[in-house]
Amino acid sequence: MNETRDDVLLDKAFLALADPARRRIIARLSRGPATVNELAEPFAISKQAVSKHIQVLEQAQLVTRTRDAQRRPVHLNPARLEALTAWIDRYRLVREEQFRSLDAVLSQQAARSGPQAKDPS
Amino acid sequence: MTNALQVSVPEGVPFINFSRELDFPVAAVFQAHRDPELIVQWLGPRGLKMEIDHYDFTTGGSYKYTHTGPDGVPYDFSGIFHTVRENEFAIQTFEFSGYPDVVSIESQTFEDLGDGRTRLTAHAVYPSMEARDGMAASGMEEGLSEGYDRLEELLGTLSEKTPQEAS
Repeated sequence: MNETRDDVLLDKAFLALADPARRRIIARLSRGPATVNELAEPFAISKQAVSKHIQVLEQAQLVTRTRDAQRRPVHLNPARLEALTAWIDRYRLVREEQFRSLDAVLSQQAARSGPQAKDPS
Repeated sequence: MTNALQVSVPEGVPFINFSRELDFPVAAVFQAHRDPELIVQWLGPRGLKMEIDHYDFTTGGSYKYTHTGPDGVPYDFSGIFHTVRENEFAIQTFEFSGYPDVVSIESQTFEDLGDGRTRLTAHAVYPSMEARDGMAASGMEEGLSEGYDRLEELLGTLSEKTPQEAS
């Protein structure tokens, strides 16, 4: 199966989010855009380290930076985060499909073994 | 009368939980999990060919099966049945060849609801958050090579679904 661009991005995003510091940055950004300085403040890490984390998040397209001269605030990219949670929806769909097939198999089996009277309660 | 599938993916722990009720007696539901001839009819995603190498749904038994996509690429799934209690409970390991050495542990409870109905509850534990998200996402994508849209369409018409292939 050829890896699509989406798969590559998805992998990048999962890798980016594997780091707890980056997850905290994402959590902070979910409350609104912030500069590198503002992001470095609550964490006991240097601005350089935060910048690196942001680069990784940017490459995974989880965040974007606007060209606001010096400030260059970092924004969350909600569409990308949504794409990440899309796997849950897919998971649900596949399972649902599987259960419907199971229902069908069970109906077939029930029909084969003759009408089994359910309690007519 | 659709039985809704409940899926929960809790934050911060690498679990996936799901449950689903079925309008069939617990013995029949259990049998559909034990008999390889029945397994092939429902476990694989539609559109993928499923071949069972072996499937021994007993305590200490093991399984291996292959899904082959339309592109001819095979995906292997294998594991061990750690505990199987008839009409009650099963716990097994699960490994997908796309993610070698990443093994999840899945327990399933078969609950007799009476009146010929059953509730299946499953709890899957992955070795890490990454493994859960990556593996579930990727495994599911393989399973869906036929396309997300088609699947949705399929689910839309499934309410009056008939058995797909009476053998």
